[in-house]
Amino acid sequence: MFMKAGVSMSKDIVATIKENVIQGRKTQADTGIDDSFTGTPGVVELVRQALDSNISPHVIISEGMTAGMQVVGERFSTKEYFIPDMLASAEAVGAAMDILKPILESSNVETKGKFAIATVKGDIHDIGKNIVAILLKGAGYEVHDLGIDVPTEKVVEFVQKEKPGYLGLSALLTTTMTEMGVVIKALEESKVRSNVRVLIGGAAVSEGFAQEIGADAHCIDAFDAIKVLERYQ
Amino acid sequence: MPRKGILVNRPHERLTREQVELIHQASMQILTEPGLVSFNHEAVDTFHSHGADVETITGDHQGWHVRIPEQLVLKALDSAPKTVKLGARNPDNSLIMRGDEARVYLITGSETNIWLDVDFPVYVNKMDPAKEIRVPEFKPRRGTLADLCQSAHVCEHLETVDGYIRTVNIQDRDITEENKDVNKFFASLNNNTKHFMSGLTSLKQLDNVVRMAELIAGGRKALEDNPIISFITCLVKSPLQFVEDTTDTFIEVCRRGLPIVVSSSPQAGSTAPIKEAGIMAQINAEVSAGITLGQLVKPGTPVLYGSVPVRARMDTLGDSYGSVETSQYNIDCVQMARFYKLPNYSTSGVCDPKIPGQQSSIERLFSDVVVTMSGPQFLHCAFGLLDCNSIFCLLQAVLDDAHFRMIEFFLRQPRIDQPELEAMMKQIQEVVSTPQKLYIRHIRPVLRSGEISGAYPFEGSGEKDDVFELAYERMKELLVRPVQHIDRETTARIFEEIPGILPRLNVYEGRG
Repeated sequence: MFMKAGVSMSKDIVATIKENVIQGRKTQADTGIDDSFTGTPGVVELVRQALDSNISPHVIISEGMTAGMQVVGERFSTKEYFIPDMLASAEAVGAAMDILKPILESSNVETKGKFAIATVKGDIHDIGKNIVAILLKGAGYEVHDLGIDVPTEKVVEFVQKEKPGYLGLSALLTTTMTEMGVVIKALEESKVRSNVRVLIGGAAVSEGFAQEIGADAHCIDAFDAIKVLERYQ
Repeated sequence: MPRKGILVNRPHERLTREQVELIHQASMQILTEPGLVSFNHEAVDTFHSHGADVETITGDHQGWHVRIPEQLVLKALDSAPKTVKLGARNPDNSLIMRGDEARVYLITGSETNIWLDVDFPVYVNKMDPAKEIRVPEFKPRRGTLADLCQSAHVCEHLETVDGYIRTVNIQDRDITEENKDVNKFFASLNNNTKHFMSGLTSLKQLDNVVRMAELIAGGRKALEDNPIISFITCLVKSPLQFVEDTTDTFIEVCRRGLPIVVSSSPQAGSTAPIKEAGIMAQINAEVSAGITLGQLVKPGTPVLYGSVPVRARMDTLGDSYGSVETSQYNIDCVQMARFYKLPNYSTSGVCDPKIPGQQSSIERLFSDVVVTMSGPQFLHCAFGLLDCNSIFCLLQAVLDDAHFRMIEFFLRQPRIDQPELEAMMKQIQEVVSTPQKLYIRHIRPVLRSGEISGAYPFEGSGEKDDVFELAYERMKELLVRPVQHIDRETTARIFEEIPGILPRLNVYEGRG
């Protein structure tokens, strides 16, 4: 069980975590946007300090990381921040979540959900998929990256065994996007389709295509994926 | 510290050394036979007293054939300064031009009669009244003194503009031939702290504008050290003629030791041969003759080798600045000036259409890129000019500034050296060993350092083309940003000593 730390110390560390998330500093070695942060602890070190100070993971996540990511999102929407900034912040949060995960599991705190992601069979393009994975991890999802050119059977097997709430399928090519429909059909045949929401994305696909193959949603980009998932929360 | 300009690492050249020398030889030959015709008596006397062969032409207009010996031209080309400084009200805006260094300074101009206003009326779709679009509408009108002030003001804030040539001819009712020069000089200098270059409407006003510059610079010696103004004269009328009045102006400016551009603007097809070799031999002869006259009047006069060659339009025989050949001629001239180690005044960006749009963007950007790459020192790159030299649009000038930022970035010197490559090798090794294999996190250290070029500043949202509207917003922002006017005391002295400046230009009047 977590003890209550001194209120001001708790506030200081959590506020510093938030600031470092905004700066996109995963560790002490990272440079932020503002030079004054150089050489100071990053999110990873600060989260450890916070845990050592008995600050609850719930406070670290909600008042530090989520609050920080909210600012990052706002700055991105006003074009003050760019995608590399978003990714740096998301990576920092993702690394912190790795530290917090065992504690959260032991204290029965729920994450936002398990998200499996894969580039479908025949397609080796993964930039978009990787960006989605980083951002979703930073947004608090438990992300399982199944990789590129993933056979349908492997996807189905993962859904059966690990029971993710969400499955993201990615394809860049018009020649490989049809494989997404094959995966959905295989999920239906294996009787697990209703257990998982299927989101599709990639340059070749569209809203219409998502409806055609029976996907739950089409995501324009990684940020759209976060918005779609928020609707399911 | 002078302005940095754009230092071109490896200037683009069209001509081989042999071709440059052939043009030079042909030009020298032209100046001895057929020589040139001068309608200016003082120029004739000057050439004659230095050994040129002079012969009177009989006819309606008094003129003389002048055949200039090659040695006289070579001596003048040699004695002309190889480095020219153009000063500025703000000394940090001064320009140092070395004939052997391809450092490009971007300058506005030239003078147009028409000022183009822009508005964005809303149009409603007849079939679907809920659908509305804003469409830019351009309205031409005669330029005024207030327009000149606005243009100088905005150009002060356009980052890529290194110097100012007035962009609009002032045609107010109370502007006369007598007071035009003092008003255009004061309006430009009072709203812009960069170097100011101009032609002169009336030679009688030369001493007034020089005195004005002395008052602003801090005295005669201060103006010598920091020549905040310079002049441009088209003393040559192609083919191979010295004009009476502009040659007078040229001689008088040389006598006062202020920097001056010897400019020639032959039109290939009408006033020069249509073929490249012909127009090049002729323009080089014309400019060389002008430089020679300047050096004979006052040895050491700071001159710029001014070249404004252009090809004729085949449909109207008007100028076609947008033609590809015009850029070729300009680049050739840059090489000729560099051959003589003289700073070059070159031209780009002038386009043929009457309003901003696709044609204007394509034509101006094409010549801006290629001529800048050739490395002229003084590039009159026609910020905002349309319809050749007839129309000025402030909105277009704002767009041009964005284009030149791209050109400036493109011409940065590459950083490829051992330490840089070692750092990159380390980065590559590190990233390929990660599961995601993305270099994105390595962008951040350089994202705000200026090492990555910016997005096009007038990019629209979605499929809508918002370029004009966004540029218009930028223009309005720049207009409300203050400029550093000439101080109150100097302004008072200028109004006291220089006759003819209109009271409405005094920003301190009525402010207590």
